[in-house]
Amino acid sequence: MTAPVLEARDLAKRFPVAGGFGGPKRVVHALSGVSLSVAAGETLAVVGESGCGKSTLANCLTGLMEPSGGSLLLEGADVAGILRDDPMRFRRRVQIVFQDPYASLNPRRSVGDTVADALRIHRLAPRARRRTRVAELLAEVGLAPEHLDRYPHELSGGQRQRVAIARALAVEPAVVVCDEPVSALDVSIQAQVINLLRDIQARRGVAYVFISHNLALVRHIARRIAVMYLGQVVELGDAAVLRRRMLHPYSRALFAAAPEIGRPSHDPDRPPPLSGDVPSPIDPPSGCRFHTRCPHAEARCGAEEPALRAVDDRLVRCHLAEGFSIPKEP
Amino acid sequence: MTALLQVEGLSVHFDTVRGVVRAVEDLSFAVERGQTVALVGESGSGKSTAALSLLRLLPPGAGRIAGGRVLLDGRDLLALPARDLRQVRGAAVGMIFQDPMMALNPVHTVGRQIAETLHHHLGQRGAAAEARVVELLRRVQVPAPEQRMRQYPHNLSGGMRQRVMMAMALACRPSLLIADEPTTALDVTVQAQVLSLIDELKAELGMAVLLITHDLGVVWETAQRVVVLYAGRKVEEGPVTEILTRPRHPYTAGLLRAAEWREDGGRLAEIPGSVPSPHAMPPGCAFAPRCPLADDRCRAAIPPIRPIGPAHTAACFRAEAA
Repeated sequence: MTAPVLEARDLAKRFPVAGGFGGPKRVVHALSGVSLSVAAGETLAVVGESGCGKSTLANCLTGLMEPSGGSLLLEGADVAGILRDDPMRFRRRVQIVFQDPYASLNPRRSVGDTVADALRIHRLAPRARRRTRVAELLAEVGLAPEHLDRYPHELSGGQRQRVAIARALAVEPAVVVCDEPVSALDVSIQAQVINLLRDIQARRGVAYVFISHNLALVRHIARRIAVMYLGQVVELGDAAVLRRRMLHPYSRALFAAAPEIGRPSHDPDRPPPLSGDVPSPIDPPSGCRFHTRCPHAEARCGAEEPALRAVDDRLVRCHLAEGFSIPKEP
Repeated sequence: MTALLQVEGLSVHFDTVRGVVRAVEDLSFAVERGQTVALVGESGSGKSTAALSLLRLLPPGAGRIAGGRVLLDGRDLLALPARDLRQVRGAAVGMIFQDPMMALNPVHTVGRQIAETLHHHLGQRGAAAEARVVELLRRVQVPAPEQRMRQYPHNLSGGMRQRVMMAMALACRPSLLIADEPTTALDVTVQAQVLSLIDELKAELGMAVLLITHDLGVVWETAQRVVVLYAGRKVEEGPVTEILTRPRHPYTAGLLRAAEWREDGGRLAEIPGSVPSPHAMPPGCAFAPRCPLADDRCRAAIPPIRPIGPAHTAACFRAEAA
């Protein structure tokens, strides 16, 4: 396996929240001990529901938030040090594309200016060549030269997301963190943007950390998948291995809950829907964080926190994981 | 036997400075008793506008119903005096929306809001109403309903709020529930809970459901019939198992292929281009500019809805080629 371009080691992020009306201060544990990495040119998908910490993770990976604990490595070097000494260098290597391009693009700046800003700020193209370079970048994301002078409100959602992608690519990054990049788009447009991201990766060898709640899409696009629950990675492995069988009861329930065309209405292999809501990350449950909703939980699960450990070619955070694997053929 | 809900030639227009926008044009469909019909389409298809128009809920000044009839048990809701319509809304027809935070009143407890429905339509109040509120909340699987009814919407999670909306919508045992993207804002595990709850309640109350959604997976798992809208017009209608496995309109077919995420990570089949602007609709079929099968006839005239199979209709000249 190639060396990771971006690696999180035991990453933690805590947010203090006011107790309200003089109550005691409390802490949101948004990320607790998250370790994962993405190799050059590959796609790592991070999936989970609201409150699992996936957007906090995106912000920490891109240096937009300072982690409260653990470390981040860019091509083997400590990111905290790079951000202190030469933050521009980090930003040239790691870029981000957000869910809502209407919020992430400046409404008062034309498409051309928005993309040119990246070149100007990072001194990547002299002024005389900038407009040509911007036009090349726009062409790469499927926009025409006439879009240079348009403003975000004149574009469709899909076109705006293309501009956001062009801006991220302008600095020739090694990693692009895509935080729900197609969730706000219609299905017919999603396919266009997903194909575009795929083509760009094939051409440039850029790595993606693809954050999404769309499970079918994740299975399609990812080479590796990390499933998160309440600030922790609960299962992590090659997409091919996870597609065959998930071991963590949460991953299994999550993927089973996604509606799917063509599935028989009473599929005996489909786990029943989970009951209850995701608990608050302010006081996460003791032991295994999933034990309050887990249909398989035992006394031990509420008392003892499971470690992320290797079972059947993947990492899984469950005491009972072995019990869910397929019995070996004799 | 007549259908529970019969929509005939519904048109909804918006008057804008740039001209009249035909958000819904000549839409007809029916919902039988106890059946779930899905109205599907992407942004700008007119699905939510159509749903709101059924109960004349479009905000004043926004859109106007330019024609058609909406027959509920044979009574035309579009011709009903406002007073009588108020008795239909929330009683014979319940409605839930995508964002319960917008639909619930933030300054009243959820119990009080449910009790208001009971008071308005059934004249129930006091202890009787309170007991019924608890029963309704229990029915929609809200844990600890006696405590929950005294809480405000902001105290509840998204899934719980959607359940409160359902309790309100079901308070008068409606014969029809209109659900406008009821699970779009919810996480997938909570969506599964809410969808199976709607299914159970439907069976228990013998209620029909008109589900407005953009998610074809949800359609597959909940609906019996599906009406596909594109740019304000119905393009295809039929049984779910038929439409989602053997679509005949190139738009439906394209939509299904675009979401066919294969596990090999190969290229997805895109639908090129985007939905036409409502101010610049093409003269013929609205899908023609994006359609791989379009010919001169498609670009010249709007294809009429025509039968192409048992209980299956499509608005396409080239449906046989799809």
